[in-house]
Amino acid sequence: MTEFTQEFTEPRKKDRVSKFNAGAMIGIPLAAILFQVYVPQFIKYLGYLELPLLVTVYFALMRRSPIAGVLFGAGVGLAQDSLSTHPLGMFGIVKTLVGYFAASVSQRFDVENPVVRGVLAFFFFFFHGFFYWVLARALLGEALEFDPQQTLVLAVLNAAVAVPLYHILDKLKITG
Amino acid sequence: MEFLLNRYRNLTVLLVAILAQLVLLAYQVKSNGEVRLIRVWAVTAVTPLARVIETGRSGISHFFSDYFVLLDVREDNKRIKHDLDRIQMENQYLRTELDTADRARALAIFQSHSPSKTVAAHIIGNTTGSGAKEVIVDRGATSGVEKGMAVITPAGIVGKVVDVFPVASFVLLVTDPSFAAGVISQKNRVHGTLKGQGGTKVIVDYIQNEENVEQGEWFYTSGDDGIFPKGLPAGEVTSVHPGKSQREIYVTPSGFQNGLEEVLIVIEGVHTEIPGVPAPNQPVHLLAPPPPEPGAVPVTPAQTGPLSDADRIIDKYRQIGAAENHVYGERGNGAPNYNISLDQKPPDPPKPPPKQQER
Repeated sequence: MTEFTQEFTEPRKKDRVSKFNAGAMIGIPLAAILFQVYVPQFIKYLGYLELPLLVTVYFALMRRSPIAGVLFGAGVGLAQDSLSTHPLGMFGIVKTLVGYFAASVSQRFDVENPVVRGVLAFFFFFFHGFFYWVLARALLGEALEFDPQQTLVLAVLNAAVAVPLYHILDKLKITG
Repeated sequence: MEFLLNRYRNLTVLLVAILAQLVLLAYQVKSNGEVRLIRVWAVTAVTPLARVIETGRSGISHFFSDYFVLLDVREDNKRIKHDLDRIQMENQYLRTELDTADRARALAIFQSHSPSKTVAAHIIGNTTGSGAKEVIVDRGATSGVEKGMAVITPAGIVGKVVDVFPVASFVLLVTDPSFAAGVISQKNRVHGTLKGQGGTKVIVDYIQNEENVEQGEWFYTSGDDGIFPKGLPAGEVTSVHPGKSQREIYVTPSGFQNGLEEVLIVIEGVHTEIPGVPAPNQPVHLLAPPPPEPGAVPVTPAQTGPLSDADRIIDKYRQIGAAENHVYGERGNGAPNYNISLDQKPPDPPKPPPKQQER
């Protein structure tokens, strides 16, 4: 396949990049963090939903830019850190990595596919939980417990929520 | 260099972002300091939003509950005109309201009777920590709350304040793995350290196998930790197992028994005594017997006669035997030698001995 034909058969990267308005880029992560702060008060089981992570993965996948993923992940992570009691930077570092890897993955996969989205949400949830545990032990010396089985189950549940959530968020894309 | 940075631009940004956050972390850990400004901004931004959401939620919730209650009552009135149903519904509704009022009243009564100075607070949210056992309350520095203050309910200890902002505070719950408090057992006065486990139960650590702690025993705060005043209930022992050198004691925290919506923050703690255990052989107060009924004949054991038919028959035979001078157990020629159909007559009174003439 020549370079000429390849250019016409595959969409160019800049065409695949989704754009969102600034309000959505700020408001959605803020709403996700507020959800995590507020809603589990009334429905305890929803405390297992890691909406800030799912939103980070979504925007990193859709923007397809590792730099944007890094900045977005760091922003969401630090905002989450500032509402917790542990030192600032724990969620920041983990979500920075999630944003970077999600954006990198998006350049190789069809991230519009619901199955791919579900699998990526599952993977990044597990990665997030595991890496947070590693950081907490290594940097802060905290004896947190990490239960792989429970984390896998929660990852499945979060992935199940991620697919319809991403479908809704798709409606906020700027078209044209 | 410029070529390398351009070629590995993404990786460079990633490394810079992570390095910056690692430096931030290291600064906080080393100086044990807070990046105060960022947290204040974040909490100040979130608290009003959370309050607005809470106000909206409770308003909508009340509107719908009121609407449906009224709708039910109206339909009931139209359909069956049955007062009892309506009263039952109202009763149910009021019972729910009463539960809420009872909880608030219990808190107020406890607050007024407690020697410690406390301030009531509502829980308005969770923190965002992974598996965090921390909550946000709507009282902060403006209400006199300070870091390290104890948080309690009438049922027991709940946690401690770990971060204070102008209008809100973070409370670390007793179930958090990083929580610890000095406790003492009620019965044997054994000192230990209560620690969270991340689950619903907590453990009491540093109690040697030789020391006696029983299942069902209560632990109270000892006041050793400088956070909780002495004498507050901490929880009840649910299981005790001997360990290698220390006992494994699991305790159910008592502070969460009635749900966790309102709490008290101890502004000025006052130590109190730990309530004692009732002694097993303590004297029991008994009332004196009641006075006899007027006209009733007092019953004494000497006057009690035969109680059953068998007793009466035995007594009758004994009297017959005595009247016929018969000794039971001695029989002649295979037939009874006494008349069992003999009408019972009272035995003749003994004759007085004949008087001798005085000389």
